[in-house]
Amino acid sequence: MTKKENFLKGFFKENPIFVFLLGMCPALAVTTTFETSLGMGLLVVFVLTSSNIVVSLVKKWIPHDVRTPSYIVIIATFVTVVKMLTEAYAIDLYDALGVFLPLIVVNCLILGRAEAFASKNKVIDSAIDGLGMGLGFTLGLVFIGILREFLATGGIMFGVYLPIGEAPITLVSLDMIINLFNANFHISDYGIKVFTLAPGAFIALGIILAVFQFKKSRVDRKLAIAKMEMIAEKKRIALEKKKLAALKLAKAGGK
Amino acid sequence: MSFTIFATAIISAMLINNVILSQFLGICPFLGVSKKSSAAIGMSAAVLFVMVISSAVTYTLYDLVLYQYGIPYISTIAFILVIASLVQFVEMFIKKTSKSLYKSLGIYLPLITTNCAILGVSEGNITNIWTETMPYWEGLFIAVSTAVGTGLGFGLIIFAFSSIREKLDASNVPAAWKGVPISLVVAGIMSLAFLGLAGII
Repeated sequence: MTKKENFLKGFFKENPIFVFLLGMCPALAVTTTFETSLGMGLLVVFVLTSSNIVVSLVKKWIPHDVRTPSYIVIIATFVTVVKMLTEAYAIDLYDALGVFLPLIVVNCLILGRAEAFASKNKVIDSAIDGLGMGLGFTLGLVFIGILREFLATGGIMFGVYLPIGEAPITLVSLDMIINLFNANFHISDYGIKVFTLAPGAFIALGIILAVFQFKKSRVDRKLAIAKMEMIAEKKRIALEKKKLAALKLAKAGGK
Repeated sequence: MSFTIFATAIISAMLINNVILSQFLGICPFLGVSKKSSAAIGMSAAVLFVMVISSAVTYTLYDLVLYQYGIPYISTIAFILVIASLVQFVEMFIKKTSKSLYKSLGIYLPLITTNCAILGVSEGNITNIWTETMPYWEGLFIAVSTAVGTGLGFGLIIFAFSSIREKLDASNVPAAWKGVPISLVVAGIMSLAFLGLAGII
């Protein structure tokens, strides 16, 4: 596997959320808005990359029987670092993530990568793997977050939780189009509010997974049809060859 | 008076703030183990058992050790270590004392270490219940009551969901929705129902 493939595999082919269903708790809990998902994703990228690096550095000295507790301690250390940094520099994000910030420790994705990849590979490969997988996880979270926030409020806000600028900015909003015709209209009054609540999280993720499964079944069906056509073609060619041979035999017999 | 606290904590943790449907903790076993009713019962019994012990131990640890010595910021590391070793200890203890209990709970115990419900309840006890002026025994009582309620809520949902899922497997679901997507939508509808319980207390 080249380094580029190693980096890119986490995005679509082995996406932790949509393909492996890892880390579902944060995928449902913190994806209320685009920004909380982005913040959570970036924290996971940091923890995953650093824990992968450290695990692959110390893998020789960890006895096989106690490897899981040791990995958990390494991960918990980085989570504590991240927790303190977030509390210091992005207190709004810290409040919004709540208990799910310390719960990065038990995110199956991080322990899974430490166990499956970092404990067997070199430092640089592990770092690339952690970065790629973490960004893939972020991509999944952000995708769900955008869908939920857009359905709930009709727009995407930026700058509410992350310490970016002074005032929050609206990145996209249906108001921009509607206000051309009617200035007193606010789309956020007409959003589907259930998508900010708990049931909306389950339903949104269910819809997204169903869409992925639908696309996958389409691709599988196309592949199956192509395979069947190929087999039929081969059978036809073989049959023609047989016929030709039989014809030749008949001619030879006739002489 | 103490019974009122106990009942309030249990009802609010079990029904109103249900651990799976409104706090999103323990989704992995919820989706993974809930294919069969028997497995769901075993898993939820193991979770209830470990959750009660671990929240008592972590609350004690935080109040009497970490806070007393001014190191509350390492709570995450301390809690996960306590939970991991506690699960190992409970497994060994059950194996020695009761073979039948080990047979029914044994295979679920190793999975519990990475179950976020356990650590989530321990952390939640500290943020929601623990205060500097709270007497130790009272806080411990509320923490354990909350853990019992949370464990019961986990068991209730995972058992109900496994029964639904056994029906779902037999029913004719469109190919794109088969498996996890339809389960998530069903969970969403259950969560919608549980949303109606908000405001009992």
